[in-house]
Amino acid sequence: MNTFIQLALFFGALILLTPVLGKYIKKVIGGEKHLLTPVFGWLERLIYRFCGVDPQQEMNWKQYLFALLWFNFFGFVVVFALQMTQAWLPLNPAKVPNTSWHLALNTAISFVTNTNWQSYSGETTMSYLTQMAALGVQNFLSAATGLAVLIALMKGLIKNTKQQLGNFWVDLTRSVIYILLPVSILFAVVLVNQGVVQTFSSYTDTTTLEGVKQVIPLGPAASQIAIKQLGTNGGGFFGVNSAHPFENPTPFSNFLEMLAILLIPAALTYTYGLFIGSKKQGWTLFGAMLIVLCIGLGVSLYAEYAANPALHITGSMEGKETRFGIVNSIIWSTSTTVASNGSVNAMHDSLSPLAGLVAMFNMMLGEVVFGGVGSGLYGMIAFVILTVFIAGLMVGRTPEYLGKKIESFEVRMALIAVLAPAVCILAFTAIAVSTHAGLAGLNNKGPHGLSEILYAFTSACGNNGSAFAGLTTNTPFYNVLLSICMLVGRFGVIIPMMAIAGSMAGKKVTPVSSGTFHTDNGMFLILLIGVIIIVGGLTFFPALSLGPILEHLLMQAGMTF
Amino acid sequence: MKKSILSGLKILLAFTLLTGMVYPLIITGIAQAVFPRQSNGSLVSIGQKACGSELLGQEFKSDRYFWSRPSSCNYATLPSGASNWGPTSDTLRKAIEMRKADFIRSNRLPLNTVVPVEMLTASGSGLDPHISPESAELQIGRITTARHFTTAQSQQLRRLVACHIEQPQFGCLGEKRINVLQLNRDLDLLR
Repeated sequence: MNTFIQLALFFGALILLTPVLGKYIKKVIGGEKHLLTPVFGWLERLIYRFCGVDPQQEMNWKQYLFALLWFNFFGFVVVFALQMTQAWLPLNPAKVPNTSWHLALNTAISFVTNTNWQSYSGETTMSYLTQMAALGVQNFLSAATGLAVLIALMKGLIKNTKQQLGNFWVDLTRSVIYILLPVSILFAVVLVNQGVVQTFSSYTDTTTLEGVKQVIPLGPAASQIAIKQLGTNGGGFFGVNSAHPFENPTPFSNFLEMLAILLIPAALTYTYGLFIGSKKQGWTLFGAMLIVLCIGLGVSLYAEYAANPALHITGSMEGKETRFGIVNSIIWSTSTTVASNGSVNAMHDSLSPLAGLVAMFNMMLGEVVFGGVGSGLYGMIAFVILTVFIAGLMVGRTPEYLGKKIESFEVRMALIAVLAPAVCILAFTAIAVSTHAGLAGLNNKGPHGLSEILYAFTSACGNNGSAFAGLTTNTPFYNVLLSICMLVGRFGVIIPMMAIAGSMAGKKVTPVSSGTFHTDNGMFLILLIGVIIIVGGLTFFPALSLGPILEHLLMQAGMTF
Repeated sequence: MKKSILSGLKILLAFTLLTGMVYPLIITGIAQAVFPRQSNGSLVSIGQKACGSELLGQEFKSDRYFWSRPSSCNYATLPSGASNWGPTSDTLRKAIEMRKADFIRSNRLPLNTVVPVEMLTASGSGLDPHISPESAELQIGRITTARHFTTAQSQQLRRLVACHIEQPQFGCLGEKRINVLQLNRDLDLLR
């Protein structure tokens, strides 16, 4: 009973907040006057003046993309450099050493691409300065980058034969100071109230009741956890992420953190509807996402409550926390993998095979079911274009979306965006399972071992960042390979989507006629879900069969490895 | 083009200051002023001495205390961690069997006792501060014996366990649970 109440509360809150926040975001990115203009307007203008940005200046898609890529590159350099020099810099009370080059490379790419894959444990590897000024900053900026791409794409879709897509710096700045920062401030304060630590003091020594020394790790955690959840980043302040009692101390903090995972990506569907002048289109996308999420959630919950004949237990709590129980662990594992968040409150490696399969499958769909901030929706639009194209082929008409013709260029670009990460996942998994370096890090034997490797590359390519964390990845082999995956998964989608934005912006809008294929009804919703699942399912079905599906069957037969 | 690159550098600098310095400083200021206990780790003390954090589990081995859940890092905090053993792991199967036998033997329970699953499996954080009320109740007998409690004291202990049960937050969020450190601290105060 309690399970159903918690599910209802979670989805109820999500559905209620979607239009509220969605409307606000529309005002912010449309440059309209809103609630926070009087509060932070001066800050926006100050940033433009200080940085020499002319907010009126418009960019075409190439200029926009160029600014974005340089900006991300600089971000990468800063995160890389801070890790390599943190031992000599201030705000390092725990005296952590400089990281290795390959860990610094992996972490820098990871945080710039909004993946937040972590080959390390924060409490023993990163100084407070690195956490704040490198990782924390990219938590904001990678999310804002994703939003900016989405804003440009939306402008491209509605503009009538104008090549200009707005100004990257303006979209970025507004996203941070009006959306990400204010919500993070509120959220962080509530988190501290629940027990998340927030201090610059060094770790405290205590003596347990049985007389053993226990070091209490501390740090400016709450500020970082707020944005890690809201910005679909997911990089934990502590190694075990939101399973750590200092990151997620109570069921209420857990509820809010789960909600924060999906909050902005969900709201953006409403923003999108407002932007293109049809709320129904927005709700259709929201509906498609929610349905895919709920199917996965149902399968996972069923699998987790069922008996495990191999371990002779029912409702396994391995890797889970008592205060959350199974239901909150599974709402989280499903939400964090559909959204490209990647934070965890239970160890995915220890999930039942089918729940692990759902987590992987969610990421394999390309992180378009809610997905990352901005990136989820622009990825979803790639699928929308493919769906419109396929539907067009079925009836033999030139496909169009929002009154603009979809031609071979757009379809090619959408296909690159959908297939680039998929190819990367399978190719790199194949390399890892056939080399010694790849197999060296395994924590589990049997089919679960394959799952560990497949999960790692899926997570990196989907810019998710969650892990079957038994796999040891802090090695040159994994750090470098996963870095490549994260780059492909991010920019292999951003670049073609920006190209689509540019080419769509130059097209004329033709008025709706009786022959127009509607993209705001149940028929389209079903087609869209079909395309998403078939592309995900067919591409990865063989690999999934050898991993989690085989493991499920062997588990039913009571086998262990 | 050059101007765009320069703007990028400046914007990065501006946001590093804003989101990497000013933002965490503001939150720290608010946190330390309004919630000083929570922001410094919710420490639990006996007299003046800190004996741990309310939120972080500790290892209890003595028969005189309630035991926490198994932890694959033995409640180490730097870093803490999970086993990450999968659902068909033979190591996990053996660990579960051993923990079950241990729990039944140490608490002198009937062999067919259903041991709550959280006492057989290790937590995700390795620092889970809670156990279920059922797990606590199964340990009362052992503690009564180890502490040579009288019948009256043992009834007091039962009442102590009962009043340490935390209900789901706001009546619906999360699970029923008992904070092991707080229970053990109050257990030491029983006369």
